[in-house]
Amino acid sequence: MLETLSKVFTDNPLIVSFAVVGAAMYISYVISDRFTKGRIHGSAIAIIIGLMLAYFGGITTGGEKGLSDVSIFAGIGLMGGGMLRDFAIVATAFGASFDEIKKAGVRGVVSLFIGVVLSFVVGVGIALAFGYTDAVSLTTIGAGTATYIVGPVTGAAIGATSEVITISIAAGLVKAILTMVGTPFVAKYIGLNNPRTAMVYGGLMGTTSGVAGGLAATDPKLVPYGAVTATFYTGLGCLMGPSVLFLMTKAVFG
Amino acid sequence: MVIFGVALLAICMLSGVFLGELLGLSLGIEANVGGVGIAMLMLVLIVDHLKKRGKLSQAAQDGLGFWSAMYIPIVIAMSASQNVAGALDGGPLAIVAGVAAVAISWMVVPILSTSKREEVFDGALDENHLTGGEEINVRDIK
Repeated sequence: MLETLSKVFTDNPLIVSFAVVGAAMYISYVISDRFTKGRIHGSAIAIIIGLMLAYFGGITTGGEKGLSDVSIFAGIGLMGGGMLRDFAIVATAFGASFDEIKKAGVRGVVSLFIGVVLSFVVGVGIALAFGYTDAVSLTTIGAGTATYIVGPVTGAAIGATSEVITISIAAGLVKAILTMVGTPFVAKYIGLNNPRTAMVYGGLMGTTSGVAGGLAATDPKLVPYGAVTATFYTGLGCLMGPSVLFLMTKAVFG
Repeated sequence: MVIFGVALLAICMLSGVFLGELLGLSLGIEANVGGVGIAMLMLVLIVDHLKKRGKLSQAAQDGLGFWSAMYIPIVIAMSASQNVAGALDGGPLAIVAGVAAVAISWMVVPILSTSKREEVFDGALDENHLTGGEEINVRDIK
């Protein structure tokens, strides 16, 4: 009986994920309405529940893909994986206004460059404080602080140790997760309520998953504007990390 | 037909990601440079063009709107498949670096987003209703 049920689940992974996510969202919206009077957005609660489930999945299976490493929930990884995530992000552009994107275009590009350099410098500073002094490790950790893809790409290009690369990925993950959870709570303090600020936000934070999740829980209207800049960030980071940023770090720290 | 909207979306995404890969290759880096962003810009422009000519049927718009509305559930599935345990296992350096980067970036947002001549937010979100899907749209999801 239980075996049959488990077979049905593992045979239809994506369908299971629709049911599970739907149920989790329903519970989240009920919590949002009843206990916070709508002050904490249902999606924000759902994302936090998602992250807690991911942690649970990670510690029980020792895998890297959160809850989706648990075999009956494998579909969560498919539904929340890169392919469908990017497809849905592109789809949000259906509701976006090109005029708004154009108006904030220059500022979005500026925020991309500032965002990459800022996160990088912060990462390098923290790595220094933790006792790293060589340019390769500093650059890799700084790059990982930009996003968890820029870190390993940069580290591999300049020959960092696997230990340092692991730290850089973890730093990027922390950034993504904190952006997902924190965005709705800081939104009103940083004026994140219009397309222009959303584009700057995407450029500064850069983590596509973080921005995508954070803005969804803040105001879904803002998602396309934040996503349109954020999706350029990782590419820019991978471009600047092993080149300009590495050379600058090397010049300063030898 | 609904599939026309979905296919349009798929074609935009594939073209954008392809261009992003080419851009990455031409810059000599192992990453997709803004593929999804390029796809979004393409979709915005094409939808705008088709709508002005009345060539985007309601069914096709529903196809686009469905995926747009699926965005939040997909993001929640994404959050459930993050390597949270790995992030916490990264040790204090990774956690401090990640937290500091986010906190400092947050502080810079207002500085970069407000200009000297204090542009007033001009009801752009209302404008969006003209270009967005009327019935099914991500913004209608609470």
